[in-house]
Amino acid sequence: MNRQIVKLFAFIVALFAVLIGFTSYWSVFDAKALKEKNANKRPLLEQQQIKRGRILTADGTVIARSVPKGKGEALRYVRRYPEGSLFGHPIGYSFVQEGDSEFEQFHNDELVGNESEFSSILDELRGRAQEGEDIVTNLDTEAQRVALSDLEEAGFGAVVAIEPKSGRVKVMASNAPFDPNRIPYDLEELNENEIETPLVNRATQGRYPPGSTFKVVTAAAGLDSGAITPETTIDAPGSLEIEGQPLQNDFDKDWGSISLDTALTNSVNTWFGQLGEQVGEDTLFEYMDKFGFNSKPAIDLPSDQVLPSGILEGNTLLGPNDPIDIARVAIGQERLLATPLQMAEVAAAVANGGRLMKPQIWSRVVDPDGRVTQKLDPSEYSRPISEQTAEELTTAMQGVVNEGTGTNAAISGVTVAGKTGTAETPYNESCGGGSEENQAWFMGFAPAEDPKIAIAASVECTEQFGNDVAAPIFRDVAETILDGE
Amino acid sequence: MSARNRELMALVPVALLLTAGFAAVFAQENAKLDDASLIYGAYFFAVCLATHFYLRVRLPDADPYLFPMVALLMAFGLVMVYRIDADLARDQANWFVLGLVLFAATIHFLRDYDVLERYRYTIAVVGLLLLLAPRLPGIGQQVNGAYLGVKLGPLAFQPAEFSKICLVVFLASYLREHREVLIVGARRVLGVTLPPLKHFGPMLVVWGASMFMLVFIRDLGSSLMFFAAFLALLYVATGRFSFVVIGMAMFLVGAWFFASTVPHVHDRVEIWLDPYAHPQTTGYQILQSIFAQADGGLFGKGFGQALITIPGTDNALLPAAQTDTIYSLIVNELGLFGACAVVSIYLLFSARGFKIALLAADGFSKLLATGLTAVFAIQAFVIIGGVTRVIPLTGVTLPFISYGGSSIVANFVLLALLLLVSDRARREATAP
Repeated sequence: MNRQIVKLFAFIVALFAVLIGFTSYWSVFDAKALKEKNANKRPLLEQQQIKRGRILTADGTVIARSVPKGKGEALRYVRRYPEGSLFGHPIGYSFVQEGDSEFEQFHNDELVGNESEFSSILDELRGRAQEGEDIVTNLDTEAQRVALSDLEEAGFGAVVAIEPKSGRVKVMASNAPFDPNRIPYDLEELNENEIETPLVNRATQGRYPPGSTFKVVTAAAGLDSGAITPETTIDAPGSLEIEGQPLQNDFDKDWGSISLDTALTNSVNTWFGQLGEQVGEDTLFEYMDKFGFNSKPAIDLPSDQVLPSGILEGNTLLGPNDPIDIARVAIGQERLLATPLQMAEVAAAVANGGRLMKPQIWSRVVDPDGRVTQKLDPSEYSRPISEQTAEELTTAMQGVVNEGTGTNAAISGVTVAGKTGTAETPYNESCGGGSEENQAWFMGFAPAEDPKIAIAASVECTEQFGNDVAAPIFRDVAETILDGE
Repeated sequence: MSARNRELMALVPVALLLTAGFAAVFAQENAKLDDASLIYGAYFFAVCLATHFYLRVRLPDADPYLFPMVALLMAFGLVMVYRIDADLARDQANWFVLGLVLFAATIHFLRDYDVLERYRYTIAVVGLLLLLAPRLPGIGQQVNGAYLGVKLGPLAFQPAEFSKICLVVFLASYLREHREVLIVGARRVLGVTLPPLKHFGPMLVVWGASMFMLVFIRDLGSSLMFFAAFLALLYVATGRFSFVVIGMAMFLVGAWFFASTVPHVHDRVEIWLDPYAHPQTTGYQILQSIFAQADGGLFGKGFGQALITIPGTDNALLPAAQTDTIYSLIVNELGLFGACAVVSIYLLFSARGFKIALLAADGFSKLLATGLTAVFAIQAFVIIGGVTRVIPLTGVTLPFISYGGSSIVANFVLLALLLLVSDRARREATAP
């Protein structure tokens, strides 16, 4: 019988090897996939037992913090947002049942203090519970407040303010806002609100026709590629036939032979339409790409919550080989759509001597003992234009504010460079279908000679023009930021 | 070094491990070291020492490693159960002592265990009656759709745990007497070697009745365990692999029949095949068991770190953590390494058990040791395999670790029988 007993033992060994195999599979090899299963609430439940780090503005105002609830085994932390809806965008929310969004989602690892398995074992040996790290952002409390209250007066829309030298995002406001504290109670209602869409961050997900603000990109391509110089004149009649449709100036005004300064100051459509044709699809696309169009912005927000800007057929980005009307693209029409963040990046690139920095909301990560563990190291996204082109554009953009279409953006004692935009969006259902509705824009920076802030403001569904409704928002926000310097 | 001295040496690290385990749990709960862990460690060591001295007197030649391994499993179980609920651990400790009392009694009264052979049919009937008991009105109890428990006044227990020992004793004894005839009388029919029905019959009746009872009381885990033990013994006794094949075929037919006619069995199989179909209801336990393991990783989260209930509520996140899914809890807190340690202990236990069977001189001793070891190993496989989704999850206990008096006491009786066989086998093997 002994032979059989040995064989039986061998069989038992095989059975136990299967057990070890399955245990290894679940606990190690398949663990990551299992943790992401919907039915698995364990990772979330465990996370709420960790004291999540705070999120602060640049001046130390608390945007988000975690408060304990219950004791002992039942201890858990719940997120609180003391500033309510002020920072609903871009900070987002984080709750066990409802999940997380925006900045809270992107920076989850730092906020919960996730580390490698090895260093968490060391922590365990030292008897340290996992604790999240605080994140200090670049956001400016006062400027954010001004931006949001101006927007609430003007209409739905967004404001983005970026420090040109570093890419630090100082303001990102979106109207309609939402109060993250209400998420556990109102998530469904907020999601279903298709008119206000309060959960959509319009700064990064609202794509609008940029109108005349885009003329800055066209001009940049013209100057930098050598197609024109600031002195080059182009004849700008009141109306031009392009692709079988008339392209008109405001009031069909015939400007005669003019150069860039006059054309930009007065936002002359026929001048820029011709420049666009002169520059050509390939070159214009090349410059658009360098300014950040046609790809998702390099900002610290989840990639499914930011949208690329560009020429869009439905949700598809068109390229230089697709049939497009380049003259109308050059003046910000056609199927061209841009997010407020994208236009703020254009302003920032011009302001920073042609160097576009990656826009970043976070500034530094601080551990529970107060040590700074990570610090934002500003990095360049691209160099779309030369320093000289940037200077020439700045001069032209100053004209817009001093004597052109954007005078309402002027700040006393400070030089301002900028560009207005008013894209007609008649019969737009999201605007209620009115015939006089516009998308109003202002994009610019100040002070012109040493730019501290670049801003884009955009207002939906307004019957007013960029200079009336968007330029004052730029002025208020820029003033607040410059006062705080 | 003598066998008993080796046993004594092995018990010391076990007691230290238990002390360290309690210290870790206390440290986690109170953020400080508590000398209660030393007291528990001392109690544990004292109980083990008493047992050791008893063995020294009564079974001086018995295998020296089995008892320390069981003590190690008990230490694991006590710490894990304590970590779930201190009150449960107190029960568990009492059962540990009660188990040792029955262990000692078994050794005392069955020193000449050949006597079991004489009463094999009585034992078989007792085993079957034990299985039937949970279905009897007045004393039976239904838990989760299965009739597993018996309640006699203040005493509640799960008779299947004791029944398995009865069945193994009967099979070992019956096969010892009839194995020759089963081998010689086998005939080839259509190329398959069939056992002679005349001698096979009585055993088939006992086995069939027990299987029927198990389905009748809906204890699938135990039925799987009994069936596997039966096949293992049949194979070892006759050496006919074809018998095992026939058995497997019969099992498959039976399994198919029950899976398609008994809703309870059918459901278990469905859940096993697709737990994600109903993740919040029927699939909840197995999914949470696997999620708990996924959370453990290589090294685990540490003692006392795993979530067992949903914080702030009494709702279970890991259902039946102290019984069915205690292995998943071990993976969660001690990681893959801890789990390997536990599985290794069961494997080493089996190795020692089969070693006893190899050493034993007479057929009954050989078959008894084989059967007891096999049923013990397979019980561990059925529950660990259940919670790791190797096989459908059925509720049997993880021997010596799971919370539960019947399981602990019955398995100590099993251990006593193994040591009785071992003592005689080793004495005869070393005798000049």
